[in-house]
Amino acid sequence: MSFVSTVYAYLFYFAAFVLVAGLATKVVQYARTPAPLKIPTTPAPTTRTGVVFRLTREVVFFESLFRGNKWIWIFGWIFHFGLFLVTLRHLRYFIDPVWAPIQFIQPFGIYGGIAMVIGLAGLWARRFLVDRVRYITSLSDHLILALLVSIGLSGLAMRFLTHTDVIRVKEFFQGLYAGQVMLLPADPLLLLHLLLVAGLMIVFPYSKLLHMPGLFFSPSRNQVDNPRERRHVAGWARRLEQQQ
Amino acid sequence: MAKADFDVPVLKQYPEIPEIEPGIMAHSSPFKAKEQFQAPLGFPGALVDDWQEKAIDKMGDLLGRYRSLRVYLDSCVKCGSCTDKCHYYLGTHDPKNMPVGRQDLMRKVYRRYFTLAGKYFPKLVGAEDFTEEVLQDWYSYFHQCSQCRRCSVFCPYGIDTAEISMAAREIMDHIGVGQKYCNEIIGKVYKIGNNLGLPGPALADTLEGLEEDVFDDTGVEVKYPLDQEGAEVLLITPSADFFAEPHVDGLIGYGKVFHEAGVSWTLSSHASEAANFGMFIGSYENMRRVALRIREAAIKLGVKRIVFGECGHAWRVAYSFLNTLAGPWDFLDQRYPIPQHICEFTYDLIQQGRLSFDKSQNDDMVLTYHDSCNVSRASRMGDRPGGQFDIPRAIIRATCNNFYDMDEDTIRDRTFCCGGGGGLLTDDLMEIRVKGAQPRVEALNNVIQEKGVTHMAAICAICKSQFTKVLPYYGMDMDQIVSVHQLVSNALILTGQTTDEDEVEAADEAA
Repeated sequence: MSFVSTVYAYLFYFAAFVLVAGLATKVVQYARTPAPLKIPTTPAPTTRTGVVFRLTREVVFFESLFRGNKWIWIFGWIFHFGLFLVTLRHLRYFIDPVWAPIQFIQPFGIYGGIAMVIGLAGLWARRFLVDRVRYITSLSDHLILALLVSIGLSGLAMRFLTHTDVIRVKEFFQGLYAGQVMLLPADPLLLLHLLLVAGLMIVFPYSKLLHMPGLFFSPSRNQVDNPRERRHVAGWARRLEQQQ
Repeated sequence: MAKADFDVPVLKQYPEIPEIEPGIMAHSSPFKAKEQFQAPLGFPGALVDDWQEKAIDKMGDLLGRYRSLRVYLDSCVKCGSCTDKCHYYLGTHDPKNMPVGRQDLMRKVYRRYFTLAGKYFPKLVGAEDFTEEVLQDWYSYFHQCSQCRRCSVFCPYGIDTAEISMAAREIMDHIGVGQKYCNEIIGKVYKIGNNLGLPGPALADTLEGLEEDVFDDTGVEVKYPLDQEGAEVLLITPSADFFAEPHVDGLIGYGKVFHEAGVSWTLSSHASEAANFGMFIGSYENMRRVALRIREAAIKLGVKRIVFGECGHAWRVAYSFLNTLAGPWDFLDQRYPIPQHICEFTYDLIQQGRLSFDKSQNDDMVLTYHDSCNVSRASRMGDRPGGQFDIPRAIIRATCNNFYDMDEDTIRDRTFCCGGGGGLLTDDLMEIRVKGAQPRVEALNNVIQEKGVTHMAAICAICKSQFTKVLPYYGMDMDQIVSVHQLVSNALILTGQTTDEDEVEAADEAA
């Protein structure tokens, strides 16, 4: 069993590295790529504070999606909010002592897990039922849904069907901080769950999951509507001016 | 009704989302630009030998220069929110006219050459080599996008297909596959000063004619000056305003407003064009070159303010880009917005009570208002977000007694494009223009049926030309589209004007 634990330890070191380094690379790339023209989708806020509110509404309520399509919005929002609760619940494995708000959130995390799977099921169903969405769906879209649903179901199964020794799971992850490989419980469901989560971490920076950092860098959402008041010139455009 | 060699969409009472019909518009593509139209813009005259490599290089270059392109190509999750938002999809049913379908034409190439997943697992993520067939699709479908940004309103990440279309056209131009309509027109601006190729003397002639017409009409000497040095305001207006109907009625209106305001103004023969097709082809360099003509004219004429006439994409370039492209404007009067829209100018005068109107002059019309896409979703008027919706409506309400808005889902930032924007206003694209107009015309038809609307006002030269041409296909009249400043012109009472009543009295006295 210690062999499996060792493999999983290295897997999670690797996955964490890919996730952090991959995302950091992407964020740096987005941040360093200039936006030469003012292109906020108007009406747009005329102040930075306004932009912060606009982005907050997008992140928390999916405002544009709400205007676009109610079905995608309801399923998408249920999924993401569920995932958010689940993530909060899982923080107890990674922090010690567990903060009071995280203790408080524990039961809601379970509802979150159920909501997450329901939301995903709705989104997946649309990929079969709506001809327009079926047309734009590629294999990778199905695979990511399958991955997330499997993570959700294997997690819920450990809550409702066969429990695993969560104390030892926590010890395993706490051990990783110190470079020690502690023994993982040898439950197939747990190993499957963790394997899929590591997979999700690894594909994150190389897939459409980049929509998460992407939203914050989207010029049509994050720019202030003030082109007449303030001159906006990108570096390469300024060099163009100096040539003449 | 205009004759069509394709099926004109049927107008419904309630909008319907059509089922997809793959490939049904694959045949639609505009005439290609020959060398004579490519060269003045700095593009190769025909498809270059190593076009594939050059295209990928150019894509890499643009990915490094435009954050929008990079982020938008990465971020799409294929949620489907945009799929029923494009007027060209609604009018044609071709899934490559769904915004995401159109984006994917570029995204699959991007993934193949610029992403890890696409390099090693192309099938999995829908990545594809840049083949000749793909290039053909690009030329066809990136010229079925009017860059109206309606998709970007509903995208959870604000992905704007216009940015993708512009980049695609820029890439194609660089490998020698340009569109004749846009590139020929940009060449005319460089050579003559405007899209229509009207030389200075012709402009002077036209303007003189307008002065005579207005004098005959009102008995007031309203001036339409050209190249007048030392004028306060430089008016930049689309060249269609010089002769096309109903555009010219708008130009007459601007002149009357300036006259009543007591502000000296002038047009310029050097910058006799508000339109900037450099934006349509996604070429920063060409857009900048066109915009710089305005700066040159402003300096030469020594004006203090710049005002733009009614033109949608021109207002986007003016409001959002002019400061970037041709600024800084430190030599102009900083007390006024730079540049200012003619609607802002007129609205301010109305607010100050300096214009008097006889609304009954527009009583022969029941009006609705078409929000032009670039004004609505890519610019602003006035101090507050949304001024671009409220100010033109306030002007219409101040000048007309009968006004009704179209369905909420089809106005303001959800407005539908006229179907002719983005460099598609050419006869070789008639089918896509007519079909793309369907959602707008459907909403118009509904207010015609329900509210008795007779005319639709707009503040965009392309919209006006497009509707003039397209409305007859739907059994409507070409003159049902009017300029906002035409309404102003009709209702404005000029100081010292001889009114109809005067004439009646004069006739009575004579009798």
